[in-house]
Amino acid sequence: MSQFNAFVQKEFYHIFRDKRTLLIILGMPIVQMLLFGFAMNMEVTHIRTAVFDPSPDQSTTQITRRIEANPYFDVVGQVHSEEEVNNLMRQGAIDLAVIYESGFHRNIVHSGEAQIQFIADASDPNRGTVATNYVTGILAGYQQEMMQLQTIPFHINTETRMLYNPQMESAYLFVPGIMGLILMIICTMMTSVSIVREQEQGTMEVLLASPLKPVTVLMAKTIPYTVLSAINVASILLLSFFVLNVPIRGNFLLLLFVCLLYILLSLTLGLLISTLVKKQLDAVLVSGIGLMMPTLVLSGMIFPIGNMPLVLQWSSYFVPARWFITAVRKIMIEGQGIMTVLPEIGILLGMTVFLAVLSILNTKKRLA
Amino acid sequence: MGKSVLTSPAIMIDVRDLHKSYGHTVALAGVSCSVNDAEIFGIIGPDGAGKTSLFRILASLLLPESGSALMNGVDVVKDYEKIRRMIGYMPGKFSLYQDLTVEENLYLFATVFNTTIEENYHLVKDIYQQIEPFKTRRAGRLSGGMKQKLALCCALIHKPEVLLLDEPTTGVDPVSRKEFWDMLRQLKKQGISILVSTAYMDEASLCDRIALIQKGRFLGIDTPQGIISSYRRSLWSLHAGNVRGLLKSIRSYPHVRSCFAFGESHHVAVEEGFSERDFQQYLSSKGYGQIHLEPISPTVEDFFLDMTIDN
Repeated sequence: MSQFNAFVQKEFYHIFRDKRTLLIILGMPIVQMLLFGFAMNMEVTHIRTAVFDPSPDQSTTQITRRIEANPYFDVVGQVHSEEEVNNLMRQGAIDLAVIYESGFHRNIVHSGEAQIQFIADASDPNRGTVATNYVTGILAGYQQEMMQLQTIPFHINTETRMLYNPQMESAYLFVPGIMGLILMIICTMMTSVSIVREQEQGTMEVLLASPLKPVTVLMAKTIPYTVLSAINVASILLLSFFVLNVPIRGNFLLLLFVCLLYILLSLTLGLLISTLVKKQLDAVLVSGIGLMMPTLVLSGMIFPIGNMPLVLQWSSYFVPARWFITAVRKIMIEGQGIMTVLPEIGILLGMTVFLAVLSILNTKKRLA
Repeated sequence: MGKSVLTSPAIMIDVRDLHKSYGHTVALAGVSCSVNDAEIFGIIGPDGAGKTSLFRILASLLLPESGSALMNGVDVVKDYEKIRRMIGYMPGKFSLYQDLTVEENLYLFATVFNTTIEENYHLVKDIYQQIEPFKTRRAGRLSGGMKQKLALCCALIHKPEVLLLDEPTTGVDPVSRKEFWDMLRQLKKQGISILVSTAYMDEASLCDRIALIQKGRFLGIDTPQGIISSYRRSLWSLHAGNVRGLLKSIRSYPHVRSCFAFGESHHVAVEEGFSERDFQQYLSSKGYGQIHLEPISPTVEDFFLDMTIDN
């Protein structure tokens, strides 16, 4: 067997005999997908609501009933003073209070105007905004119906836009992002750590004193991690397609090609890191935390790049995940063809070649 | 070619005036020596004396600041690729793959050197047979002695011309240490030159020739017998039990050059004009009783300690 093949085999032994690490590598994408898919749900439900109605009449009763009937609201009960509303809010017992003015229906009939107050607990701003939007929507619906029934010539049309992000749309957003993040972290961390481990444990010293070329050692490292990453791509795509119902609208082979290119890029980045650090811990810090932040923040995975200050926008050009995520969104979600992703493929390819050359040049023939 | 060249043994390793330092720390302050073909050459010295730096330079893993080293005429700096095919190197720290089995490690290193286990099995056979019952065990779970035997097998599997063994017996039990040295004797018979370092002075006598190293300098290069016979002082062994302050009292006696504790006894090196009786009386007057004093012949360690006083 050739030197190279023997080394690839040895790397597989290392990986399969370290069961815990293997479990983390293969389990991490699955856990992340399920976490982002289900736990990190932006939907607001179970809004605990108190109603203060000083003079119940047909209008207030109907509005209250509608709120009660809405699946997003849990009406905890009627209160009898504003003081009580304040107390409940302070105790954290309710998220929302609906307060009618006294003589609500009479005012509508006589002056065509009535006052209603919504108080929301905005300590979680998102939840507060969504709750008031919902209840405003319910009120608007009631108003419209009432106007039609009473055939009053003028028409008050309260239009409330629900800026609510349905669950599925956020999955479209995060699947390419998770792929970009996970592949980057796993590939760079695993390759750099496994090379630096050889330096730390002294095995690299024996290999250097042998006829083996240091580059052969490094190249042999990339094969097993490419295979593992391919398994990760498969599990992410399977989960997103069958569990989160994210479609793959574009060419599947093109998608796989972009993933493979990105995996190679991350592996070469891992090689480069291994030539720069001396300890396994440093390798973990650089590839884990050092890459996690820019990938999370500057890739457009969470925050839109267009809203960033110019300096950060420029920095994002150097974040490989940015180009990968854009390409995957184009192929997977928008169903675009190869022509539209050529710029991204070109940039990723260029980065890979650059990093590979740099890490080969930086590979040491001797110790220290 | 002159006659004298033919009769003198061929030089395998030729080290000339090697210097190496790390920042302000000097590791090698100009060492020179030559190792003959099929010779066991020992580098003896304490930790931090510069042994590992010397081995790494010879293994082409470090660059010296000045000086040169040739191995069978091949320069360790310029022709490092050739050197790496010639040598079998065992670093001071166990450096095989702990999560691979005995067999897998040997197989891997055979492949690394473009050879097979079968091709050179005769070289490692005697050693490998001792660890063969554990061939499916992971290297990390072997005992210290067995680890060293496996490492030696891996360093030997490509039939090197030179073996560089950096402290191979450190942390190994006395029985395994003895076995290890027996193996080196066998390998020497097969024509392999062996450069071996150790911090154990008692292993010096097992080498053909030794170099004593201290603070990056060689204190002397000779056969173990030659080293001992160059020790010109008279040496006494003193037994007085473990009495507080004894060492200090002995050292303050005018004719005593040096005194070191050797386990239960003290080795006292003395200068001209030393009288056994006066010394006994001196010690009695200091309040030490039951003194047993006898002349002894020196060991390599006595020589080494004597040299370190001058430095």
